Amino acid sequence: MRFILGFIGAVFAAILLISFFSNLATYFQSPPAPMAAEEFHREVKELRLASDGPFGKFDKRQLQRGFQVYSEVCSACHSLKFAAFHDLKGLGYTDAEIKKIASDWKTQVPSINPDTGEPATRKALPSDNFPPPFANETAARAANNNALPPDLSLMTKAREGGAAYVYSLITGYQNQPAELLKKFPDAKTPEGLHYNPYFANLNIAMPPPLTANGQVTYADGTPATVDQMAKDVAAFLVWTAEPNLESRHAAGLAVGIFLLIASILGYMAYQQLWYEAKRAVRVTGPLDPENQAKSRRAKAKQGVAG
Amino acid sequence: MSFKWAKPYEPKNPFMRWMDERLPLPRLAYGAIGGGYPVPRNLNYFWNFGVLAGIFLTIQIVSGIVLAMHYYATTGGAFQSVNQLIMRDVNAGWLLRYAHMNGASFFFIVTYIHIFRGLYYGSYKAPRELVWMLGLVIYLLMMATAFMGYVLPWGQMSYWGAQVITGFFSAFPLVGEPLRVWLLGGYAPDQAALTRFFSLHYLLPFVIAAVVILHIWALHIPGSGNPTGVDVKDERDTLPFHPFYTAKDGWFAAAFLLLYALVTYFAPNYLGHPDNYIEANPLATPAHIVPEWYFWPFYAILRSFTVDFILPAKLWGVLAMFGSILLLFFLPWIDRSPVRSGSYRPVFKRFFWLLVADVLILGYIGGAEINAWRVAVGQIAAAYYFLHFLVILPLVSSFETPLPLPSSISESVLHGEAEEAAPMGQKKSRRGATATAA
Repeated sequence: MRFILGFIGAVFAAILLISFFSNLATYFQSPPAPMAAEEFHREVKELRLASDGPFGKFDKRQLQRGFQVYSEVCSACHSLKFAAFHDLKGLGYTDAEIKKIASDWKTQVPSINPDTGEPATRKALPSDNFPPPFANETAARAANNNALPPDLSLMTKAREGGAAYVYSLITGYQNQPAELLKKFPDAKTPEGLHYNPYFANLNIAMPPPLTANGQVTYADGTPATVDQMAKDVAAFLVWTAEPNLESRHAAGLAVGIFLLIASILGYMAYQQLWYEAKRAVRVTGPLDPENQAKSRRAKAKQGVAG
Repeated sequence: MSFKWAKPYEPKNPFMRWMDERLPLPRLAYGAIGGGYPVPRNLNYFWNFGVLAGIFLTIQIVSGIVLAMHYYATTGGAFQSVNQLIMRDVNAGWLLRYAHMNGASFFFIVTYIHIFRGLYYGSYKAPRELVWMLGLVIYLLMMATAFMGYVLPWGQMSYWGAQVITGFFSAFPLVGEPLRVWLLGGYAPDQAALTRFFSLHYLLPFVIAAVVILHIWALHIPGSGNPTGVDVKDERDTLPFHPFYTAKDGWFAAAFLLLYALVTYFAPNYLGHPDNYIEANPLATPAHIVPEWYFWPFYAILRSFTVDFILPAKLWGVLAMFGSILLLFFLPWIDRSPVRSGSYRPVFKRFFWLLVADVLILGYIGGAEINAWRVAVGQIAAAYYFLHFLVILPLVSSFETPLPLPSSISESVLHGEAEEAAPMGQKKSRRGATATAA
């Protein structure tokens, strides 16, 4: 049986080596062409938020500013379908404020006309999820040059780099570098797309959303630079993706301390218990004539002088 | 159960005596995980991971049952039920989900350490072949359960992972494609697949629990192995499981759960893939489809076959991937060295660490984006994997001269005792003590 198995192993290894050499041959005969998306794609910019790290907490003023950016800018195209208006309590809004935000929301919630049964719409309530800006995917694509604006509820968890990616992308729009066009003449950004080195394939359908300082007038008076707005909306999206972050951190700290104490106490109990067991070995151990004889025999066998 | 000096169960409490005469459940527990199970006294910390695996199975079953109460197994509702209902609205739902998600990863971490412990110390050798094989059955069941669980949130990686993995079956000629369609209940993963995956994901953990019982039962016949691989000879070689090993397992479990808690509470998505927070879309293929980290070495083996040689490359890949696990069932007969422990096998030991490095490399390659160099490294590593088990191991076991074994467990324990027995202030280093003794 060992020969059969050895044969199978050799066959697998042989096929792998054939694959290896044929790949190597292909590689040297026609090395893969460099791609613009590999060379000009950039790592995300550094972004520090109050919610970072194991003790991170949300900066509620920043979240409210970010929510303002979302509702005045992003929500024109992007849905936030897994967040409900009542969740805004986490941002520090009162019930009355939330009720007003819901009923003033620019899109209404589909409902039924109570008299005729015809489809109708009504004002949103705090218990509703944020109504999407477009009725369906077809409508969204029709209004956006056939591109589909993704939902933002989980955005910072759904992209490598998280909040830093959102911030980098929003502030990353630029003209296509001349160097890129010189090296890859075919890689010119197509009509209707926008060059952004933080986007995976460098050309994104979304036009630059934040174009001018003061695009949003912050209720708390913070100067609304593009950079500030981008940071604030990134912070807001961390909250929408992970509204329980603060309780998670707090619970983690408590559980961590509990387990640390439990393992220290457990370790001490273990040491205490085994101390006796080790002493028992020592008594029956080296002093035990039978054991000593065994030991001598073993050493003699190894050629070690006892 | 195993040794004649194992303490018999003596109920002290009248109720327990009454119980013992009618249904000897306390006697069973006492003999299995209590004072009635003698365990070699020289186990090191690698022997803690079996109990840890049991702890993680329990965590998974408990958190999973509660999660199932809030989960909708429909293609339209699954993603929302996980990401809105459970993560936001259910009380501590986020904790249940993150505990379950990372619990799966940690279950695999401890299982991999447990398996490699077995590989190093020869735990698969006679008389423990069935213990090893039942363990592999548990491992295969775990893989199936984890895969189906990963499909349930119905994110992009869930969907495309299901697409790729069920696609393995279509590699087989003739029966492959009909088999795949039959298993999925359609031509692509859809409602039928999701519902049956949910049903099986709920069922299999209990099957795992049942096989765990067989695994422990089979283990308790010869008793636990030990780092020297030398058989237990008399009472001095063992300690009762309770309280000695319950204490050791207890503190170590708390320390290991601390690590699990740190990941669950502070980096819950570190081991996952961001694409699974995008709802499944059958029309948009993700740029890089990768399974969860614990499948990466096998994924690397699958992807390493790139040449149609007699059989199509995909079929070679699928055969090799399944073969890479199935060959482990033959290990007790592949490695015929009478010496169990790798500590006394100088040649085997080197190849063992080479295998560990090889599997880590395969893991890295399986998780990384494909490029020409990574594929080449993966192919060499995959070839080594098969050569290691099927060619090198049988050869090593016939040619190697093992080091002399200690004559008993209690003697091996005493090697380190010179240090502890030295008078205060005159402690010698372990090396020094050995040198003096020599």
